[in-house]
Amino acid sequence: MFRFTTGTILAGSLALAAAAEAREIKVGFIAPKSGGAAQLGDQLEKGARLYIKLHAKELGGDTIKLIVRDSKRPGGPIAKAAAQELIAREKVEILGGVIFSPNAMSIAPLATAAKVPFVVMNAGTSWITTLSPNIARVSFTMWQAGFIMGEHAANALGCKTAISGYTNYPPGKDSVAAFKRGFEGAGGKVIDSIPMGGPREAPDFTPFFQRVKDKNPNCFYVFVPGGNHAAGASKTFVALGMKQAGIKFIGPGDLTHDLQLQSIGPAIAGTTIAIHYHADLENPVNAAYRKAFKAEYGKDAVNDFVSVGGYDGMAAVFHIIKSAKGGKITADSAIKALRGWTHDSPRGKISIDPVTRDIVQNIYVAEVVDDNGTLRHKTLKTIEAVKDKCKELKIGRCGK
Amino acid sequence: MAAAFDIATTILVFGLAYAMLLFIISVGLSITMGLMGFVNLAHGAFAMVGGYITVKLVAPMGVPYLLALVIAFFLVAALGVVMDRLLYRHVYGRPELDQVLFTIGIVFASVAGVSFVWGPDPQNILLPEILLGDIDLGFKNIPIYRAFMIVAGGVIVAALFFGLERTKIGAQVRAAVDNRRMAESCGIPTGRLFTIIFALGSGMAALGGGLGIQILGGLKPVFAFEYLVIFLIVVAVGGLGNIRGTFVAALLLGIIDFAGKYFLPEGGGFFIYGVTFIVLLWRPHGLFGKA
Repeated sequence: MFRFTTGTILAGSLALAAAAEAREIKVGFIAPKSGGAAQLGDQLEKGARLYIKLHAKELGGDTIKLIVRDSKRPGGPIAKAAAQELIAREKVEILGGVIFSPNAMSIAPLATAAKVPFVVMNAGTSWITTLSPNIARVSFTMWQAGFIMGEHAANALGCKTAISGYTNYPPGKDSVAAFKRGFEGAGGKVIDSIPMGGPREAPDFTPFFQRVKDKNPNCFYVFVPGGNHAAGASKTFVALGMKQAGIKFIGPGDLTHDLQLQSIGPAIAGTTIAIHYHADLENPVNAAYRKAFKAEYGKDAVNDFVSVGGYDGMAAVFHIIKSAKGGKITADSAIKALRGWTHDSPRGKISIDPVTRDIVQNIYVAEVVDDNGTLRHKTLKTIEAVKDKCKELKIGRCGK
Repeated sequence: MAAAFDIATTILVFGLAYAMLLFIISVGLSITMGLMGFVNLAHGAFAMVGGYITVKLVAPMGVPYLLALVIAFFLVAALGVVMDRLLYRHVYGRPELDQVLFTIGIVFASVAGVSFVWGPDPQNILLPEILLGDIDLGFKNIPIYRAFMIVAGGVIVAALFFGLERTKIGAQVRAAVDNRRMAESCGIPTGRLFTIIFALGSGMAALGGGLGIQILGGLKPVFAFEYLVIFLIVVAVGGLGNIRGTFVAALLLGIIDFAGKYFLPEGGGFFIYGVTFIVLLWRPHGLFGKA
């Protein structure tokens, strides 16, 4: 009896010592790794892995195992199955990643049911955070850029009429709703709103853009996902000579996504966007980030906003792990740690709203300029600590 | 009135450019289906490979765009001959299900192969200066590239009509489409004829792939799947093996697609399916097909 107790204590303390020495935290990471948006998934993962590499020591011997699963398409089912597998079989303690909004929406109920914290690193539809109490978002919301772009178009660009065009899925609808609210609140009028195909593959934008050209608004606000869609839309704007027709091309930053900017060609200069991050932001954290990103992935690698989503997402994951202090990570502990969390990001100071669990950050109004043959984003205006307007105004599903 | 005229010409010009592209790619598919009763779902893969050859010749190697298109035509035509001799001949006499499974397998393999070699990212080319900008028609400015597509398409249509209606090979092809066994018993070598037609069709697909990069929003490995349905629709609506039918179907669908998206962006993409539905109810063998 006595011996048995000693043995138990010994074994128990050994196990404890081992736990204190090195714990491996499994983090499920869902992103498109094949198909049309593979490039975006790649950027997200690059950002995440770079953060892990640069900050590994801060975990004091603990390590993160990033388990990556391919969400393939913008729609829900494959991402949901991947999350299910990560939770049930891999027993991940934290879920993260996700490029497309419908992916995040389909994973949300699982995060609730399995009590796993879910850190959204890209998907921007405003009401995603209302779908589960276990979601925190570090990326952006469509309402942040859209609303500000609307106000800017009316006040600074002097547009009286505008047409909005959008890829027809939740963030697109969100983005144009935000633009309309901002633009019409500032005295403008949105005269047409055009759905332009789905998110899976970039369509030929010509019929939609030609319709806009013929209606001749002052401003043309376009939401498309970054990557292929952005390149296609911008090229069509140039090809149809819409700039010469006097139409101002504006949108959230996806439109002149840093990844595609150079391939669009110099004719896109003059486009105005609102975004939470662009590669040319001037601040010390971003300078260091740009340098580290290029050192890690080659001089042609582009430190775009998607990569920063992964980078800051992993910063949030680190914070969750550190806050648990070796104890068990639960959805409650993780979300509690993230409420009110502040962080020095390459995009400036960011924080998580303690009430909505959504990102609070600067929004930059920027113009594309031709810098001796290289296209860059030039910041015109900085609006600090922007919250998600959709939830502030309690619009639609954001009001829940 | 002036505005209505302007919109009508816009739709005509852009719809026509798209229609030419549809025709150039679909015509090969139509003839192989009509001539051999062979269902080549991998036809879009040939177009995709043609597009990639064009991109890779233009961008890193600096070959002029138009020359790159011609090279892509001949390379893919040659590829067509190789595929025909090595692989396809084994399934010509087989049931349709075998053919469909076999060729869709080739599509999968080609998509994976292209992704592996060149990656999943979209490929774009910067067009030569001469094809950029607008051309002034007196009453309207239209993009030079669309005008170029229409002219190039027109030349190809004319050449094909001439080739089929006025040359000996054309007569043999028509005979073989109408009644293959009778043509064979008259001494027409339908096997060799088919190789020639298959090569020509593949080359045309490649040309379409190269021409379409600018219009179809960049070239991606999924191209082979993405547009397959549209090509099959053109062939079905036009009638198998009928060049005139394919041309009319391409015109009809190209212009309706553009007009649909222009006037009704919410549901415009579905117009061509509606038209297909109606045409096939009315004429199950297509506009010009023979029962």
